[in-house]
Amino acid sequence: MAVDTHTLTIPSSTSFLEEVREFVTSHATQAGFSEGAVEQMKMAVDEACTNVIEHSYEGKGGQPIDICVSSYPDKLVVVIRDKGLKFDRAAYKEPDLLQFAKSKKAGGFGVHIMRKLMDSVEYKNTGGFNECCMTKFRS
Amino acid sequence: MSNFSVGFRSSGHIQILDLKGELDAHTASELEAAIQKCQGNNQVHILINGSSLMYISSAGLGVFMAYIEEIRENGGDIKIAALQPKVYNVFDLLGFPMLFDIVDSEDDALGKFESSNA
Repeated sequence: MAVDTHTLTIPSSTSFLEEVREFVTSHATQAGFSEGAVEQMKMAVDEACTNVIEHSYEGKGGQPIDICVSSYPDKLVVVIRDKGLKFDRAAYKEPDLLQFAKSKKAGGFGVHIMRKLMDSVEYKNTGGFNECCMTKFRS
Repeated sequence: MSNFSVGFRSSGHIQILDLKGELDAHTASELEAAIQKCQGNNQVHILINGSSLMYISSAGLGVFMAYIEEIRENGGDIKIAALQPKVYNVFDLLGFPMLFDIVDSEDDALGKFESSNA
């Protein structure tokens, strides 16, 4: 059972990422996580929301993104929910740094970072919503 | 209101960019514009001073990735100096030290440009 749950809804614009980071920082800190762990969760959620804005909503503004932070005795769970295009797991490939530099591409590291920073990252599609569920356990 | 800015300074023919604030998908275009400005002025020896950079996401890292090859092809380099430890950790997470000179201080970076006859 969740001890404490907080939800923030933002429109799909990168100008709201700072607000998302403040929201996650505030609740992860209140939940008693270390500064380092809070930094990691803040960044993972930023990356997840950026992916929703750029890929799920394809840069279209004004679409809703819900960020829900739940604190449990043993973990913090962040769920990012949107109504855009489904995340295509089959098309996702782990990025290779040298190949990226050569191809002069500017993106593609988001999911890689999320997986490195969180203990688990899962995607689901239920009832027309995409959900990205990220978990960080208390060490 | 954007919580990110780029300041321009120079040391000889080295262009120094002072990054301040938080670099994310919203503000990455400002860094991109700054690097394009350097290129437009034929300044390909670029030193990034990150002492006041408090946050970077993959969108910010992507800007460095997008320009490094082109700048090196033109005989220049992007060297990164004085990062806050938590920002350095993000560069390190993606293996950037393998691809970029990332050094402790601006002086170290200037020295590296000098020793490579930049």
